[in-house]
Amino acid sequence: MVPTSAYLILAIILFGIGTVGVLITRNMIVLFMSIEIMLNAANMVLIAFSKALNLVDGHVIVFLVLTIAAAEAAVGLAMIVMVYRNRETVNVDRFSLMKW
Amino acid sequence: MNFELIIFGISAVIAVFGATMMIAQRNPVASVLYMILSLIAQAVCYVQLGALFLGVILIVVYAGAIMVLFLFVIMLLNLRGEEASEQDTPAVSQFTKYVFSVLLTLELVFIVKAASLDSVATQVADQVADGFGSVRQVAQVMFTNYLYPFELTGILLLVALVGAVVLAKRERDSYSSATDDADDDRSERVVE
Repeated sequence: MVPTSAYLILAIILFGIGTVGVLITRNMIVLFMSIEIMLNAANMVLIAFSKALNLVDGHVIVFLVLTIAAAEAAVGLAMIVMVYRNRETVNVDRFSLMKW
Repeated sequence: MNFELIIFGISAVIAVFGATMMIAQRNPVASVLYMILSLIAQAVCYVQLGALFLGVILIVVYAGAIMVLFLFVIMLLNLRGEEASEQDTPAVSQFTKYVFSVLLTLELVFIVKAASLDSVATQVADQVADGFGSVRQVAQVMFTNYLYPFELTGILLLVALVGAVVLAKRERDSYSSATDDADDDRSERVVE
């Protein structure tokens, strides 16, 4: 029997890696994927607690989060394509100005 | 040391390894592939927690559809490795970003330790009902208690679909002028 706290620690480590990724990466697409890792870490906490409390509500919330992540990825990638079309780079350091 | 714990350990190590390699890679295609590795390991953890339906959904929707969308955009934009721009960012921000991310992670660890969750975990987790996390049980809750959130998610997906198309669409009417502008920008950048 794996204790719930083991899953929580795994989720914390994944969330920390996602945070580091958001802070250190310069590629917009990898930055987006780091945000997805943070979302997945939160999902793992929800699933771990829904098993610990024997409630299936957490699964429903995780399903909704997955749907929202899909919508976010679609809109975010469309924005990346548009930014690339205007600036010809996806390096976030080049976006320090709103207008050039 | 029982069998479940070994499976959990292996999949947790693979999940953390995949996530770490994802942010460490310079080539975006490689980081997408490491992200898929991490997602598959996380799906194993979901199945271990009794979330059979969500484990399958994570692989089919996340690793299958969303990651392929990322891969598609990377190949559409023809991105190579990251441009070396370390000299652009000041040394202070180079340092502080690591410090703050480590601090945030430590804070989360302290919160979990302070909450003393082991009492919750060991008391109830052993008696999980049959069919927990199956499609039938998840659907029963989703279409009764969570019906309105579910319907709103459908509307959200529609909005995201329309928004993505509007954002990524090239204006047909001003096609020639838009390309002229782009050419101008390109020549300006060359001059710079």
